[in-house]
Amino acid sequence: MTVKELSELSGFSPVCLPEPEREIEGCYCGDLLSWVMGRASSGQAWITIMSNINIIAVATLCDTSVIILSEDVALDDGVLGTAEARGVNVLSTALPTYEAAKELSALI
Amino acid sequence: MRAGWSETERNMSESLKFHFDVNGSSFTSAGQASVQVKKSLRELGIPAEAIRRVSIAMYEGEINMVIHAHGGEADVIVYEDRIKIVLNDHGPGIPNIELAMKEGYSTAPDNIRSLGFGAGMGLPNMKRYTDEMTIETEIGKGTCITMWVNF
Repeated sequence: MTVKELSELSGFSPVCLPEPEREIEGCYCGDLLSWVMGRASSGQAWITIMSNINIIAVATLCDTSVIILSEDVALDDGVLGTAEARGVNVLSTALPTYEAAKELSALI
Repeated sequence: MRAGWSETERNMSESLKFHFDVNGSSFTSAGQASVQVKKSLRELGIPAEAIRRVSIAMYEGEINMVIHAHGGEADVIVYEDRIKIVLNDHGPGIPNIELAMKEGYSTAPDNIRSLGFGAGMGLPNMKRYTDEMTIETEIGKGTCITMWVNF
């Protein structure tokens, strides 16, 4: 499933989708950035409550397919602009991380 | 972080060298050098997994330099079948390398933890993602970390 398809089929709202055709290959959940960097794989969706600028670097370096912000977390304009510029897809949801992962798991 | 190459050159052994100054006062922009290296290695046609390993190890190093050492310098040298990363800082040095290498051990302050770092995974991740890592450190003088990624 692509990130664009996920945004259409799920209740996740698009925040920015500069690379909508990225294929989602599994999921990783976590908020400690170094931990995520040590374990998230290329192509995975990454569900997190972190919203600072460093998540864009982590997503870029890990090559995750999309960041899903849980718990209604929002990005400030600077972070959003960087995500767009670096081709990092971002979706958001009001669901807690566990519920978001369940919804994602049912779809992919 | 000062973005961009301050040096890009082929030396006599046909290796390609990239040099970055890591600005220690700008924590939120840390990672620019790693992202730039990732992009450049991709353009050079380096295998994707090697690029991932180099850029993650380098990013952890950048973050460490910003948290602990007020910045430093990063050099990446690309050889035919391996990449060398050298991170140099003039920070306080690492008093106990064995402890610093333990997953979960961290001396980072709380404000760093609130940003999602300081989990005690920096040096362990750098070791995990590279084929070879050496740490030279002197208290009060600084630290030099050399890493190799083979491909």
